[in-house]
Amino acid sequence: MPLEQFTLHPALGLLGASVNFTQANVFMALGAALTIALLYYGSRPAAVVPGRLQAAAEMLYSFVHDMAVEQIGPEGTRYFPFVFTLFAFILMGNLIGLVPYGFTYTSHIAITLALALMVVIMVTVVGIQRHGWHFFSYFMPPGVTIWLAPLLVPIEVISYLSRIISLSVRLFANMVAGHAMMVVFGGFVILLSSAGVATGIVAVGPFVLNVLLSGFELLVALLQAYVFAILTCLYLHDAEHLH
Amino acid sequence: MASGDDGFEARLQAARARQGLEQPDVPRRQQLPEGLGSALRVGVELVSALMVGLGIGWFLDRRLHTKPLFLVVFVLMGAVAGVLNVWRVVGRSTAPPR
Repeated sequence: MPLEQFTLHPALGLLGASVNFTQANVFMALGAALTIALLYYGSRPAAVVPGRLQAAAEMLYSFVHDMAVEQIGPEGTRYFPFVFTLFAFILMGNLIGLVPYGFTYTSHIAITLALALMVVIMVTVVGIQRHGWHFFSYFMPPGVTIWLAPLLVPIEVISYLSRIISLSVRLFANMVAGHAMMVVFGGFVILLSSAGVATGIVAVGPFVLNVLLSGFELLVALLQAYVFAILTCLYLHDAEHLH
Repeated sequence: MASGDDGFEARLQAARARQGLEQPDVPRRQQLPEGLGSALRVGVELVSALMVGLGIGWFLDRRLHTKPLFLVVFVLMGAVAGVLNVWRVVGRSTAPPR
């Protein structure tokens, strides 16, 4: 029951059903549209003293920009569009999920895995592009005898590849766990309050818990988008500078 | 230990501290116990490397028909890589700077 909320349903009627266009895709498009709308309407006034919308857009922009430049270095500006898109997409997915009837598309491993794969492939391509064959020295810690290479290189490669799993599972598991928990406590409220007056009073407990949990989920939504983006930046830094 | 990710976690920690994310601004009563966040992170890092090792070993065995050999070797290597990942998350914050 708590996991029922993550089921995919075809959207847009018969057309959507025939091309497997689900509500996840609808909300992904919505997230992208909201991001573009925020940036468009936020940057249009171009006032010296920004209004609320402009302040939000500028804060989002400069927050990610500063993060990219600080973590990657001066080259960070080149990767800023990538990091910003990633951050905004994940953030919108996490936040839309907190709105009733919204669907958290980041709660699907298929989506988070695709994002993580994109990051790791991009990081690898950047590393090879910048350093050529020298990039593979990344997998051999410096100052170690060559005899240990057959043991150390596979371990480093596994550690490198595990970024795909850890990036995707962290985001996916956090979103699933939070939303499942809220449904469980919501179910308690309904069961207890429908059983009678005495248990109805007890139902206040899980209800209050759910209110607190909503605030906590907002924190998790922001934090997980931030963690994904900053880890992307750190991986890009490693690819740029190799150690 | 001189490794590829030298200073990785130090930078992450510094960045997180700079952005004020190490202490989420929530009332004390709701605040999670210290270290639970990094404990969860450690779990993900540990298990993900093990899963990669398991996957590589299983795939090689299926390809080369050497049933248990590569699975055993790569699960062990995955476990080592997992500990290495954990070391990179935790070790940096506790070890004195060299």
